[in-house]
Amino acid sequence: MQDDRPDRGDQFPDESGGLAHLRRFTPARIGLGRVGSGQSTTATLNFRADHARARDAVHIPLDFAPLEEALGSQGWSVVHLRTAVKDRSEYLRRPDLGRRLSQEARALLQGRAMGSDVVMMAADGLSSSAISGNLTPLAARLRVLLLARRLTLGPFVLVEQGRVAIGDEIGELLNARLGIVLIGERPGLSAADSLGAYITWQPRIGAMDSHRNCISNIRAAGLPIEDAAKQIDDLVSRALSHAMTGIALNDRCSRLAPASVTNSESSPKASSSEAGTASREENTSM
Amino acid sequence: MSYSAMLGGTRWTFADLKTLLGKASPARSGDTLAGIAAESATERVAAQTALADLPLKTFLDTALIPYEEDEVSRLIHDGHDASAFTAISHLTVGAFREWLLDERTTTTDLTRLAPGLTPEMVAAASKIMRAQDLIVVAAKCRVTTAFRNTIGLAGRLSTRLQPNHPTDDSRGIAASLLEGLLFGVGDAVIGVNPATDGLDDYLRIVTLLDDIRRRLDIPTQTCCLGHVTTAMQALSAGAPVDLVFQSIAGSEKANRGFGISLSMLAEVHDAALALGRGTVGQNVMYFETGQGSALSADAHFGVDQQTMEARAYAVARRFKPLLVNTVVGFIGPEYLYNGKEITRAGLEDHFCGKLLGLPMGCDVCYTNHAEADQDDMDALLTLLSAAGVTFVIAVPGADDVMLNYQSLAFHDVLYVRETLGRRSAPEFETWLQGIGVVDPGGRALQKSPTAAIAPAIALIERMAS
Repeated sequence: MQDDRPDRGDQFPDESGGLAHLRRFTPARIGLGRVGSGQSTTATLNFRADHARARDAVHIPLDFAPLEEALGSQGWSVVHLRTAVKDRSEYLRRPDLGRRLSQEARALLQGRAMGSDVVMMAADGLSSSAISGNLTPLAARLRVLLLARRLTLGPFVLVEQGRVAIGDEIGELLNARLGIVLIGERPGLSAADSLGAYITWQPRIGAMDSHRNCISNIRAAGLPIEDAAKQIDDLVSRALSHAMTGIALNDRCSRLAPASVTNSESSPKASSSEAGTASREENTSM
Repeated sequence: MSYSAMLGGTRWTFADLKTLLGKASPARSGDTLAGIAAESATERVAAQTALADLPLKTFLDTALIPYEEDEVSRLIHDGHDASAFTAISHLTVGAFREWLLDERTTTTDLTRLAPGLTPEMVAAASKIMRAQDLIVVAAKCRVTTAFRNTIGLAGRLSTRLQPNHPTDDSRGIAASLLEGLLFGVGDAVIGVNPATDGLDDYLRIVTLLDDIRRRLDIPTQTCCLGHVTTAMQALSAGAPVDLVFQSIAGSEKANRGFGISLSMLAEVHDAALALGRGTVGQNVMYFETGQGSALSADAHFGVDQQTMEARAYAVARRFKPLLVNTVVGFIGPEYLYNGKEITRAGLEDHFCGKLLGLPMGCDVCYTNHAEADQDDMDALLTLLSAAGVTFVIAVPGADDVMLNYQSLAFHDVLYVRETLGRRSAPEFETWLQGIGVVDPGGRALQKSPTAAIAPAIALIERMAS
């Protein structure tokens, strides 16, 4: 964790009067020193740069064209949809609208129910850089792993302005056995490009958050693509054999690392790892 | 029963009390999300006008959430002190606002009145108040609590030191903790949000915090902010639990979402009291709240988020807490969209908590998807300090690396001490002077006395991770 933040060495000038050597124990911003009651110019600007990166991840629109092309060349049949949200401001204020498709999108999916084993979906969520940076290699790896299991794959559905539960409506229209939503997580100061994977058995409108499994913090400096793909593939296999996802599946699979697979929680400021935070964020008032 | 007001030649009508309160609430995204906000600026003022004319007594015979269905409603109704209420029983909401602002209304009057107030009364008054009204009235309130030090005295501002770590690493927690102490932070509580809610980690964290506290002989209290059920197990196991923490909300259903009930809180409160660990007082509970939590649990019953928040304070005051704080900007932009809404909510929550008799603090904070930044936090901290906020929360460099949001930095505490002259709790300040962090006037000294915390540093270096 300590090495996640860019330019870490420059960021914390050693003027703390002796606690600098404790920095190796935590990614927290200790040992900043002080200038009067304030922070040094360097520390002030470094903080602003981290916040700017997080803000840009939230607000810079995701460019879908290169993703469609890349997924297409991997062999996926790609569908590009929008939710009922009209712009980013509405997305942030109205999570309910980010969980429903636009009318046109719904019409597009009607009549395409194929009853595939797995439908893969990706939504910008709260971080466009999470998707632009991680989606293509993750999709490629997952395609190989899932096809090796002789599973039938539905189209790869890309969603603009989507929340986690958008996968429920899509999964219902496509009559999927299992839905996987890859989505940009709420950016933190230390990492703005974390991708989360939410896996739901029989995704249908109104599915409960406790019936999903989540793998979080997928990014090069967090949970690397290769490991994430393996964990997702493993979950898919167990979800299909037990015909369930969520807390109940966790209970049957205690060998999973609890830090990387979580279920949603409802308590403000009581969430745990980045996984817990992201799932709380995405799942409140579903 | 419907309510109405004339405004701009139009008669505006509001179907019932909760509709009136929702429409009268200053604008915020959560009420719009819930579909209960005013649909125009004029409708909002019309609702505020109707609300101003409403007799305070109305709130005693009109339950927003039915008495029979909700234990928080029962707590509010059954706990109401009618004789304390007598002082203002003849007033409307608008006249109550003026009574609060009147310079002849003293701190003693407000202290005496607190048990006669219901959350709905203070929420209603706040809706027709400006920011400066919320500040000046809150500043008149005085709520003092104690455990190993005395919190809430005049001219004081206490701080929670929040040394969180992404994986609860003991040395990582200790490193942030020691840094905070050198900034003079931590008299309200040294409190860790655990990354997991397991009993083993809870026991390890409270033991670590207690070790450091005893080693440095710090007159403060510590807390692991796990769930009360975990705290209950830790208490049974004989762990060194100073304060018991819980997130709470304003309806029975919302509290059920947190996995708690009033009887569970009563049980754990008794168990913590039985330890008798406090030296100068026996306030053993610590609660966090926040606007929007009831709505996010679909447990708001059509009541606006600010009124639901005030109802959570009725739950808190039942258990005589040492500390209560709203986590105002944590919940996200679907409830409080930007710096303006977060600022307003922070001032409302502090005002309502104080009037109801709570030692009210605030986590001055925001997330990266809210329209807010450090400038907004500086402004809210300054406003709350002017309002006499009991305590605020601080983390290293304003960056909470476990919960992934921005709170105040340790530096920001120095800023407000410097600018507004607010000092730490007296027992803690004496300790800070003793180790050379502050001068006899309570002002931070330039050179950090790392030698004074050497025993704790030695502890860290020896610790296995």
